[in-house]
Amino acid sequence: MPSLSEIIRGSQVWKSVFRHPMPVDRRNRIVVMLTNFFLHLHPVSIKKQGIALSYTWCMGGVTFFLFLVETVTGVLLMFYYRPTLEWAYNDILALRDVTSMGILRELHRWGAHAMVITVWLHMYRVFLTGSYKPPREFNWVVGVILLLLTLLLSFTGYLLPWDQLAIWAITVGSNMARATPVLGYEGPGNQLLTVDGISMITSASDARFGLLGARFVGEETLNRFYVLHCVAIPLAASLLLAIHFWRVRKDGGISGPL
Amino acid sequence: MHGHNPAFYETLSSFLGGYYLSLAAMNGVAACYLWVSGRGRRLFGVPTYLLWLFSALAFTIVSPLAASGDPALIPGLSQGFRNVLDAIFNPVVYSVGSLVLVFGMFFARRFFVNPTVAWIVLNSAFVFMGLSMTDPDFFEIVKKPDNVPIVGMVYLLGFFTWVGASQAVKNDDRRRQGLGPLEAEDQEKVLVWPDLVYTEMICMIGLMALLIVWAILLQAPLEEPASSVKTPNPSKAPWYFLGLQEMLVYFDPWMAGVVLPSMVVFGLMAVPFIDFNKAGNGYYTIDERKFAYMTFQFGFLVLWVTLIVMGTFLRGPNWNFFGLYETWDPHKVAALNNVDLSEIVWIEMLGMERPRPAPDDGLLVGWSKILLRESPGIILVVLYLAVLPPALVLYSKFFRGMFVRMGFLRYMLLTNLLLFMMMLPIKMVCRWTFNLKYIIAIPEYLTNF
Repeated sequence: MPSLSEIIRGSQVWKSVFRHPMPVDRRNRIVVMLTNFFLHLHPVSIKKQGIALSYTWCMGGVTFFLFLVETVTGVLLMFYYRPTLEWAYNDILALRDVTSMGILRELHRWGAHAMVITVWLHMYRVFLTGSYKPPREFNWVVGVILLLLTLLLSFTGYLLPWDQLAIWAITVGSNMARATPVLGYEGPGNQLLTVDGISMITSASDARFGLLGARFVGEETLNRFYVLHCVAIPLAASLLLAIHFWRVRKDGGISGPL
Repeated sequence: MHGHNPAFYETLSSFLGGYYLSLAAMNGVAACYLWVSGRGRRLFGVPTYLLWLFSALAFTIVSPLAASGDPALIPGLSQGFRNVLDAIFNPVVYSVGSLVLVFGMFFARRFFVNPTVAWIVLNSAFVFMGLSMTDPDFFEIVKKPDNVPIVGMVYLLGFFTWVGASQAVKNDDRRRQGLGPLEAEDQEKVLVWPDLVYTEMICMIGLMALLIVWAILLQAPLEEPASSVKTPNPSKAPWYFLGLQEMLVYFDPWMAGVVLPSMVVFGLMAVPFIDFNKAGNGYYTIDERKFAYMTFQFGFLVLWVTLIVMGTFLRGPNWNFFGLYETWDPHKVAALNNVDLSEIVWIEMLGMERPRPAPDDGLLVGWSKILLRESPGIILVVLYLAVLPPALVLYSKFFRGMFVRMGFLRYMLLTNLLLFMMMLPIKMVCRWTFNLKYIIAIPEYLTNF
């Protein structure tokens, strides 16, 4: 009499998904890494030293995991949240007061703070082990852009609750864009782009306006930051993450002494 | 100030009881580990596990006292002591202090990587935190939900700096004995299933559990609905940008908010192309790359992190500086009579009027007057950015070696990035010591530097 699990694992459906027996022997442990989409990010075998916790601090992996947590909780939050002046704050309020066991926003917010910190720690580790040195220079550059995107993700998300904390933090953070050289209307060289005596750079056409979609943080900004936060930056980050992981493999795997 | 506010002590106690209990557990686990593994060392002849066991007992006794909610029983810092700390704590002491600390840790790294020393430092840091919490003003800032991760980050950074330094010191010792780095010792390969995927899964489960506990214990902040007319004081940027906001004190927005942050990003990207040192690729070391190590520590720990900590805990209403235990008084008046370098040179030193462009001056005449007025600052900046690097090549053996290996362009890029990094502490000190506002001030064209 075969057990239930044997029946399931012997079924055609199971075998169509997992095309080999359980990874309990050496051969199948190799095969599983090659045939599973999610596992194929990894190599089949790896230097034992390269995965020591005292060496990697696990911070790159933790950051990626937090990115996934943010994606899942973020999608769930999008079911509840409307980025309009009328609803944004009330939706967040309802999420706290009406939804039962509502820790969704907490998971998302603390995950975001944690991700900023773990990205820094990952960079710290990569620097301390000199892992940016040839042949990994380019991947370090990709990593710096990902660090920047992480900060921008957090920054754009900061506005969405639409409370005092949110708009004033974004106001303070984006005020500096007014002073962008040449492109900000309070920046040095703001008169350089002048056509027929009319300055092209005004408070309604400068770098800050481009960022906010308005002269001050308002509904246009909320919409703009919402799209940046939920679509544009995550897409860019996903692409760069794929390149980052691919290059880790192509540049010789987890770094180690040459 | 807040006197014996019962609500405050109730909140405080509900936190501190568990806090001290966790410290007791932490020390207890350490003691057990050292005793069982036999890795314990001796401090003045006493086995260290006995010390940690004793600490665990002490924390266990303190825990119910702290949880009692009785101000007389909760261990804290005396008002006098807090006042003294606040009085000696100012921007100069804080910034110079953190710089000295980072360099001190570098020079005395062999002392600090000792696990016993590190454990004592860690315990002291936690105790200091616990004692400081009894101050209502300090507690008020620390308990803000968005500030909790910053406190966590400070401890994490301390921990990982220690991990990195102790790995590096081990490798440096091996190198002196003619051995390769520890990381090169074990070249054994393992299968990713199960060795790596299981580690990853355990990490994920642990992290998810941590996040869930954190999310249940601490509610995400939600203040009043947004209002564009009610400006909070202080208005702060998100915590990771507080370093930039602090720079606004010393630089104009176009520098602090646009040029310098861009330079941080491009400077970081340039790191692999500037660092020509082939040693230390893929393993921890300090001795083989002291210059790179200290540059990064200076940029990351001193310029980035300590400014965030300062912006969070020490900057209050009107962005004034407040001591750790000082009440955030919105009416605190700070003297603001900052002067430009051109004022100091022309008026104070030469006793003359500053050249001033007249409204009917043409572009050329106007600019020459401005340039003449600002010539002291312009000369200073040119000396600093363009003349100093070549001068270093001539007079310093270290920089000459760099110049020879890097070539002119890369050398100028490296030195200019370094000089821009140094500019922040230089401007800070100039501001605090002789109220220098701008080195070059051309308000006519919004170009202040």
